[in-house]
Amino acid sequence: MNGAGMNDATPPRPDVRKTYKLYVGGKFPRTESGRSYEPAGCAGVQVCRGSRKDLRDAVVAARKGLEDWSGRTGYNRGQILYRLAEMLETRKDALAAEIVAASRIGDEAAVREVEASVDLCCWWAGVPDKLNALLGSQNDVNGPFFVFSTVEPTGVIGVIAPESPSLLGLLALVLPLLAGGNAVVALVSEGRPLAGLAFGEVCASSDVPAGAVNLLSGLRSELSPQFASHRDVDGLLIAGAPDAAIGQAAADSVKRVRFAPLSQADWSDGARVRRLDWVEPFVECKTLWHPVAW
Amino acid sequence: MTQHREREKSTAPPRPALSFGQKWRYAPAPEATDFVAIAPRHELFIAGDWSAPRSGRYFPTIEPATETPLSEVALGDEHDVDRAVAAARAALPAWSALPAEHRARYLYRIARVLLERAREFAVLETRDGGKPIRESRDVDVPLAAQHFFHHAGWADKLELAFAGRAVQPVGVVGQVIPWNFPLLMAAWKLAPALACGNTVVLKPAETTPLTALRLCEIFRDAELPPGVVNVVTGDGSTGAALVRHLGVDKVAFTGSTAVGKSIQTALAGSGKGLTLELGGKAAHVVFEDAAIDGAVEGVVRGIFFNQGHVCCAGSRLLVQEPIAELFVEKLRHRIERIRVGDPLDKNTDLGAINSKEQLARITALVTRGVDEGGTLVQSSCALPNKGFWFPPSFFTGVSQTDSVVREEIFGPVLTIQTFRTPDEAVEKANNTSYGLSAGIWTDKGARILWMAARLKAGVVWNNTFNRFDPGAPFGGFKESGFGREGGRQGLAAYAKCTGGLVQG
Repeated sequence: MNGAGMNDATPPRPDVRKTYKLYVGGKFPRTESGRSYEPAGCAGVQVCRGSRKDLRDAVVAARKGLEDWSGRTGYNRGQILYRLAEMLETRKDALAAEIVAASRIGDEAAVREVEASVDLCCWWAGVPDKLNALLGSQNDVNGPFFVFSTVEPTGVIGVIAPESPSLLGLLALVLPLLAGGNAVVALVSEGRPLAGLAFGEVCASSDVPAGAVNLLSGLRSELSPQFASHRDVDGLLIAGAPDAAIGQAAADSVKRVRFAPLSQADWSDGARVRRLDWVEPFVECKTLWHPVAW
Repeated sequence: MTQHREREKSTAPPRPALSFGQKWRYAPAPEATDFVAIAPRHELFIAGDWSAPRSGRYFPTIEPATETPLSEVALGDEHDVDRAVAAARAALPAWSALPAEHRARYLYRIARVLLERAREFAVLETRDGGKPIRESRDVDVPLAAQHFFHHAGWADKLELAFAGRAVQPVGVVGQVIPWNFPLLMAAWKLAPALACGNTVVLKPAETTPLTALRLCEIFRDAELPPGVVNVVTGDGSTGAALVRHLGVDKVAFTGSTAVGKSIQTALAGSGKGLTLELGGKAAHVVFEDAAIDGAVEGVVRGIFFNQGHVCCAGSRLLVQEPIAELFVEKLRHRIERIRVGDPLDKNTDLGAINSKEQLARITALVTRGVDEGGTLVQSSCALPNKGFWFPPSFFTGVSQTDSVVREEIFGPVLTIQTFRTPDEAVEKANNTSYGLSAGIWTDKGARILWMAARLKAGVVWNNTFNRFDPGAPFGGFKESGFGREGGRQGLAAYAKCTGGLVQG
């Protein structure tokens, strides 16, 4: 502008760095605890160390988000999931860079992870308007009754994402729940949280209703018992092998609990993650009876 | 507002009560029992044969209508459970490898013979459990047979039920069933498990073991391979030993929410399958436009069927204000005409309470309801001197926080509340930790669908109540449990999809 840029002595432009915050109720708050931690995979980056109170706030937000999200038609939910895929695609490079920054994996592998996430999103986008065709039924009974069974979302589901792949693993758990009409509170990868937290930005620009997706970062060991014992969380979908302590705490409110014991490679295996039995435990089958008479 | 309306009503001439005088007395119509012999002692059924419990201990099972002992039954302990699980494990490879069509054939045989012996099972069920013969004859036994027949047809069509997914049996299944529908619950649990190629250890309820044991005679006659079904009788400790046994791959439980939670806790982290069908406190919502006499009959059927010993009983009536007074009056007259007494009499509507313990529980809760300020209305019917009895009852003047409104009574006791708007009805109906069933009575189709979509319950009966069918999935939302029984959805509880999620 004034020729200063031409001056060789001008120092390089300091870039504007992103603060990675939580995503709760459609907003990006810092943790109420004021704590942060440096994730194992991301030297020099501080992210929120979410607290029990953050989780409780997120569940309140999710309960509100559930009302909106579950009240949409399947067609509308499908369109929004497709919009998520569009937004992921356009942010592919940025997300890949965030995966690279956190995971120290190669650029190509990171791009492949984002692409697999986009593809998975497209697959699930086609599910919400077919849930009842696939999981519901009209039932033949021994009498003059019209009887049919529909599926409805279980409610607010807690998710604990795998350490890696940090973005694809998170999406593999969250997407079936959203397709089923549930609201989600997810704890992103503890050691590699950047891409998972950036997914909040994707949600915020994709017409996902506020509260339908909530993302926390923090220590798995600190927060997973809180997920398990929170009485307004209706179900848990957790990456890893079955965990007795989580299951015991969850029993007090008869939560639906599933574990996804997948290896790193499994998460990009369509045969493992594009499955109706990832949504089945988190929808409730409701059977309606009515007499047939005149 | 309400008081004002009541004043208006009180100026109207009193509605005459229905009276049939003395001309409509029912003559006794007892079902014959002489053709149903009951052995003085029952052993455990393990590996296709009867065997004594290792402890040598037995406990009596009595007829709740007369308090007379019917037989004594083996008290299985952990050693017996261990033997039964071993027998089921030994039978698993051959049974699961059997051509599916052959598995189906055994289930068809069981269904057919059960119908052949239907009256015998109905009499036995009524004597052991106290339910009216009309119900065991017309509901329990035919439905039990239908469950075997229905699932027989699934056995060789599993690849159609789980399109696109490879399924295999879960393995050895431990099943614990309650005392309210002893034979029917055995059928609900056994039929889908066997159809999917599993082997089973079944633990019947302590107070009602006889029909499940007699079912074993049918298994033998049907030449069901030994060990495919094993029955271990006993008390709560027997059931606890079964669900905690390391050799069991999956547990299916029907019973109280408290016990269900303890089982879920015990199985946490094991990766074993679990389905729970637990308690309920169903709302029965009656709108002002409902066909009122039909609704009265539905509400009566909803709460007094099987003495109210029904997890999905319509135990909370929510009636819209404009018709509340009329509805309560009609109910008051109607319960006077419920025939309470000898369960073996074919005219009996309400039989005996299943056990002394259950009667004490009902009495205690009803006493609490009165203490908390509820108005108790009971039939003036005479109750037999011997046996366990409770008259048809309902509470008015109760609110959402009262014990009788919140807790499952599991007896012939209804609570009545009112509402003004559909939103209020939904709010009140869902204000419970349970979510098993609900009822809606209205003439408006659109309102039924609007209400049904909002009620958090696994089964919603509209202008009807307490209907069951093996083709119709049944099971709860929230703390009423998870998993479904019946229909295509019910098969998922007994088939393992390779590569799927793991339950915890």
